[in-house]
Amino acid sequence: MLASFQHSKMLRAIRHKNILPAISAFRAFSSSAKEMTVREALNSALDEEMSADPKVFLMGEEVGEYQGAYKITKGLLDKYGPERVLDTPITEAGFTGIGVGAAYYGLRPVVEFMTFNFSMQAIDHIINSAAKSNYMSAGQISVPIVFRGPNGAAAGVGAQHSQCYAAWYASCPGLKVLSPYSSEDARGLLKAAIRDPDPVVFLENELLYGESFPVSAEVLDSSFCLPIGKAKIEREGKDVTITAFSKMVGYALKVGRILAKEGISAEVINLRSIRPLDRSTINASVRKTNRLVTVEEGFPQHGVGAEICTSVIEESFGYLDAPVERIAGADVPMPYAANLERMAVPQVEDIVRAAKRACYRSVPLAATA
Amino acid sequence: MSFSATNFAQPRPVPVGIRSNEKSLSSDPFRFRFRGSPSFLGSPHSLRFNPTPPLKLAIPHCRRSTAAAVTDVKSSANMLITKEEGLELYEDMILGRFFEDMCAQMYYRGKMFGFVHLYNGQEAVSTGFIKLLKKEDTVVSTYRDHVHALSKGVPARAVMSELFGKATGCCRGQGGSMHMFSKEHNLIGGFAFIGEGIPVATGAAFSSKYRREVLKEASADHVTLAFFGDGTCNNGQFYECLNMAALWKLPIIFVVENNLWAIGMSHLRATSDPEIWKKGPAFGMAGVHVDGMDVLKVREVAKEAIERARRGDGPTLVECETYRFRGHSLADPDELRDPAEKARYAARDPISALKKYMIENKLANEQELKSIEKKIDEVLDDAVEFSDESPLPPRSQLLENVFADSKGFGIGPDGKYRCEDPKFTQGTAHV
Repeated sequence: MLASFQHSKMLRAIRHKNILPAISAFRAFSSSAKEMTVREALNSALDEEMSADPKVFLMGEEVGEYQGAYKITKGLLDKYGPERVLDTPITEAGFTGIGVGAAYYGLRPVVEFMTFNFSMQAIDHIINSAAKSNYMSAGQISVPIVFRGPNGAAAGVGAQHSQCYAAWYASCPGLKVLSPYSSEDARGLLKAAIRDPDPVVFLENELLYGESFPVSAEVLDSSFCLPIGKAKIEREGKDVTITAFSKMVGYALKVGRILAKEGISAEVINLRSIRPLDRSTINASVRKTNRLVTVEEGFPQHGVGAEICTSVIEESFGYLDAPVERIAGADVPMPYAANLERMAVPQVEDIVRAAKRACYRSVPLAATA
Repeated sequence: MSFSATNFAQPRPVPVGIRSNEKSLSSDPFRFRFRGSPSFLGSPHSLRFNPTPPLKLAIPHCRRSTAAAVTDVKSSANMLITKEEGLELYEDMILGRFFEDMCAQMYYRGKMFGFVHLYNGQEAVSTGFIKLLKKEDTVVSTYRDHVHALSKGVPARAVMSELFGKATGCCRGQGGSMHMFSKEHNLIGGFAFIGEGIPVATGAAFSSKYRREVLKEASADHVTLAFFGDGTCNNGQFYECLNMAALWKLPIIFVVENNLWAIGMSHLRATSDPEIWKKGPAFGMAGVHVDGMDVLKVREVAKEAIERARRGDGPTLVECETYRFRGHSLADPDELRDPAEKARYAARDPISALKKYMIENKLANEQELKSIEKKIDEVLDDAVEFSDESPLPPRSQLLENVFADSKGFGIGPDGKYRCEDPKFTQGTAHV
């Protein structure tokens, strides 16, 4: 564990660094500018937590001999053996329940869903036996389990493999729902999730796995953890607040650069934690900028953006100078054709348009094909 | 009905791949006899469930399991239980029966509410199995869990207060009838969803094996009992767990309380092959059928299954043929069941059977058994009085225990990385 002065220094350092994906021409070098993909970040986090605590074990389809369906668990079977890295049969409901039962007895399973779409087969256990147990048993039985896997749209995988589950899981009390963007997020949040005594749903993104981000030495330290329930301000600004999580943070940062050329200073908030939602950071930002654009990939109705919008209206209504703009995926199951898929998922242009609307720079409402 | 010597069938390979109505019914002793035409989609009255002879052991065709335990018992001791054991079993069954009757009374007086599922008639299964367990062994149940909780040692006061919704209940009133949890007694539910407890039980068994083999805790030989009904045996999670329990040789016993009815759905109308014990060998584990109205037979089968699990030889599927004397729940009018069927099973009441056995074999006399009943009456009156006088949960309890991490954020009891949103910790939801 870091001492508290190092801890606050680290958090300050992270907050003021702009973590941008891949190549950036000019950046202040604070420490060793090592780069790490999200995949490596997740793998190293799992590795370190498994070596630190023998009660941590992995289970899921293809996590062992196949090295992970997306190679997140590569090398862990060789290192820890088949008793701690379990290849399960294709029985989501069964093995998720087994993970929950093991967690009742103090083991710390990390259950991998090949994609979160498959978690629907196990959702009874995630909600009813994991999330609600601490409450139903009046605190006797806690469930220190982590459910992780890729969430949301990938590329051309069709309707049944593309849904975003952030809103569904985040509406359930008893669950913590995290969604990382960069490698630093991935490492810090996964380690925090594994150490957490409550059930955590950890929503990754398949298209981010291969993306590389710079990481500092503090991030590479094996006791590095990020707090759950705290959002990160990726880019400071004063004209409009853009909230996003997972892949959309990358888009929002691009939008920030585009808007800067037009004289609009956008503040980009990386939510990191969908439940508990960091309402104080979001509201403080809106009180500063007076305009809000929420961005998510999932379906619009009852989505994360709807919750953020309501939170801002409840707490900072008087500070809003424009209606809240909500950018979400199209209200249709994900189509397969590449051009239709592109239309069904938010693009940088959509977010730019929404930000400009929020800033009253007259732009037509509907997107054109 | 006194305990008769076990009609012990020699272990032999189960013919794999037999389908229900294909072979001639009369020649195969493993088949049920159907009177009249087997019209599965018709009224259950045209199907008579004729129970097969008591103890049968089905051995998976690729393995032989040690069935010697039961024959040994037959040949050595004359009595299957000592006097102390007999009185313990009797007391436990009486506690279960009287408690459930008291629940019905309290429900109709308005002290209990919501869903209440009573266990009358099935006491032999709970007592027969759970009284053989250690305190560290785990029991997982369904919504019909009051008597499992009592057999496992949860005090009657705690269970009754929980049903009344008082703060002194075993879950401080937050679980209710269907969600009994007791960490101290290793009763981990109480699940409302059919089949939900089975994977959780399999996980508890997994944790026992993990502790022994990976964490090297030598004393971790705890077994898990999963109780569930005949309706659950058509659920996917049941088969998923039979597969994984046998695959990983987990120390679990799957106890099917086959009371023939899932609310109003007859088991015979819902299941393509009603003989549940046969589904064990299909997954490579022992499958046993036992008369669940006879606590001594259940106890014998339980002993063997528990020993098998504790040794590390893997799971067992035990089908207990039993019956519930009351409806599915207190809201169930129970109109679909044939009164003749009910009368037949009432004549096989497990408590009367044990009483008769103990008196005939001079293990106890009427006086002693009556005094047990009187004692249980007093325990229950005390439990009801205690629950009546207990306070309702305080309003602050509404927002407690959502998370184990009391502030809901972060990690570590030392306060590091903990993010304190003042609104959350003060609970601003206006109650």
